[in-house]
Amino acid sequence: MSAGADLTRRTAAQLADALAAGETTSVEVTQAHLDRIGTVDGAVHAFLHVDAEGALAQAAESDARRAAGRPAGALDGVPIAVKDVLATEGLPTTCGSKILEGWVPPYDATVVSRLRAAGLPILGKTNMDEFAMGSSTEHSAYGPTHNPWDLDRIPGGSGGGSAAAVAAFEAPLALGTDTGGSIRQPGAVTGTVGVKPTYGSVSRYGLVALANSLDQVGPVTRTVMDAALLHEVIGGHDPRDSTSITQSVPDLTDAVRRGATGDLTGVRIGVVKELGGDGYQDGVQARFAEAVDLMVANGAEVVEVSCPTFVHALATYYLILPAEASSNLAKFDAMRYGLRVLPEGIDSPSAEDVMRATRDAGFGDEVKRRIILGTYALSSGYYDAYYGQAQKVRTLISRDFDAAFQQADVLVSPTAPTTAFKLGEKLDDPIAMYLNDLATIPANLSGVPGISVPGGLAEEDGLPMGVQILAPTMADDRVYRVGAALETLLADQWGGPLLDRAPALNGAS
Amino acid sequence: MPEISRDEVAHLADLARIDLDDAELDHLAPQLSVILESVASISGVAGDDVPPTSHPMPLTNVFREDVVTPSLTAEQALSGAPASDQQRFMVPRILGDEQ
Repeated sequence: MSAGADLTRRTAAQLADALAAGETTSVEVTQAHLDRIGTVDGAVHAFLHVDAEGALAQAAESDARRAAGRPAGALDGVPIAVKDVLATEGLPTTCGSKILEGWVPPYDATVVSRLRAAGLPILGKTNMDEFAMGSSTEHSAYGPTHNPWDLDRIPGGSGGGSAAAVAAFEAPLALGTDTGGSIRQPGAVTGTVGVKPTYGSVSRYGLVALANSLDQVGPVTRTVMDAALLHEVIGGHDPRDSTSITQSVPDLTDAVRRGATGDLTGVRIGVVKELGGDGYQDGVQARFAEAVDLMVANGAEVVEVSCPTFVHALATYYLILPAEASSNLAKFDAMRYGLRVLPEGIDSPSAEDVMRATRDAGFGDEVKRRIILGTYALSSGYYDAYYGQAQKVRTLISRDFDAAFQQADVLVSPTAPTTAFKLGEKLDDPIAMYLNDLATIPANLSGVPGISVPGGLAEEDGLPMGVQILAPTMADDRVYRVGAALETLLADQWGGPLLDRAPALNGAS
Repeated sequence: MPEISRDEVAHLADLARIDLDDAELDHLAPQLSVILESVASISGVAGDDVPPTSHPMPLTNVFREDVVTPSLTAEQALSGAPASDQQRFMVPRILGDEQ
C-alpha cells in the first residue's frame, strides 16, 4: 500500500494526531485525498465540484501554521467535503439544481467560515438530491451518486454525495444537512456515521433552506469520534441565524471517550415500538435486534416505549415540508441570481413570463411536485385541514418524545427500513421513496438530536444497515456516548470497522 | 378525500409560477393525487385543544444590536445576477400590455 493510500484510510482523529506529531503534512494528506477522488470519483460521482488548487493552498497555510507552532485547532489541516447546499464563497453552489448552475456565492455559510477558521482544507462540493428533496441523490440534476458498496445502488439522500465521499475514502470528513433524514439515512446505507444535531444548535446561515423549521447541518464521517470532533467545530450560537440557540454545545468528544469503553451500565435504552415491524426489511430488523442485545449484554437496560403519533409523522412531514419549501423556493425568480430562461414564442416577455419559463426549465420533477403540494396545503380552504392539522400533530409527536424520554435516556430504532435499493427502482414512485425516511422524520419534527451508526450487513443482500440513537433536545452528548459504545462493541465483534468489508474501488466505472 | 384534478394542478402551478406543459400535467397530476391521499390520514388525529407547533424551539423576538455591520458590496450582491445595469438588477418588463 502506498503512503497516499494509507493516509486516505485513516480517520480524521488519526490524521490530526499524525499532523500534530509531524509525521505527515496537510499538503500530503490533502493531495492523497485528491488523488483518491481522481481514481474513484468517476465511478462514485460523490462530487459536483473539486477544488484541488484551493484545497492545496489551504493545506499549505495549515502546514505553515503548524510549523510556526500555532495550529488553529485539533483538526487543522484535515481536509473535508461540503454538501452543495452550503454557500461557499468562490466555489460553485448548485444545490443539485439546474436553476443554480454555475452560481458562485459571494459569502460563506457560518459553518463553512468555521471550517476555514479551524483550518480544514475544503476538497469540494458534494452531490445531493435537488434542493435536498429525496432519499437517493437520483433527483440531482447532475446525475446520481453511486453507493461504494455496490455501484448499481443508491447511496441514500439527500446527502448521498457526502456519505459516499467518506465511505469511498475520498474525504475523511464531510458536512451534510438533515431535514428528514438526509444525513442519517445515507449514513445507514453506506456503512458510515451521520449525526443530526439538536435543531438550532448548529447555524443555518448560508444553508440554502429547504424547510426552515426542520433543516439542520451536521457531521458525516466514518467514526463517532470524528463526528464529535467536527460537531465541536461547527456547533454553537450564531447571531446571524435567528433560530440559533444560545446554550453551548455539550462536551461531545468526552462523551465519545466515555462511550468507547463499551460500558453502558445504567443507561436506559428505549426501543420504539412504532419504528419497526411492517415495512422493515428482515435483515435490517435482525441486525438491529442483535445491536440491542449487545448493548444489554454490556450493562444497558432496555425498555419498549410506544410513540403512537409516530405513525402519522410521515404524513405530517409531507405537509409541513412542502409548505415551507414552496415558500422558500419562491426566491428562485430569475431576477437576482441563478438561471434566466426566456419563454419561446413571446415577444418582449414580462418578468412573470420569464419567471414561469425559468422555474419550469430549472426545477426537476420532485421539486415541482413538492412546490405544488405545498402551494395546495397553504391555499385558503385547505390550510386548516392540511397545514394547520399537521402543525398540531407535530405537537403530539413532541409530546410522544417527552413521554418516551421519561422512561428511557435514549431511543433506538433502525435508521432506515431497508438497505440500499437499486438506482432507478423508486425514482418515479414518490411514496415508495418517501418511506425511506419513516424512522428519521420524527426527530426533525421535534428537533431532537440523532445519530446513525453502522449496525452490520443485512443477511439477504450483504449491504449495510444503520442503528439510529435519539436523545432529548440538547442532550447530543448522549447520542455520542451510546453511539461510541455500540461502535466499539460491534467493531470488537467484527474484528474491525464495517467499512473494511466494503469492496475495493478502482478507476473502472 | 378530495382528488386533485388536472385543472387544479394547472391552477396551482400557475400560482407557483411554474409553466407546466400538457405532458408534465399528465405526469404530475396523478402522482400528486396519490401523495395527497396518503397525507390525508392525519385529518382528525389532533383535536381542537392541541396547540400547533410551527417551530421545534420556541424563540421569540430575536433581535441584534442596532449597529452597522459589514454587508455585501453592490458588486458582490450583483455578482450572480442574470443582468445588471448601474449597480441595479436588470429585469424584464414588469407591467402587462393592458397596464
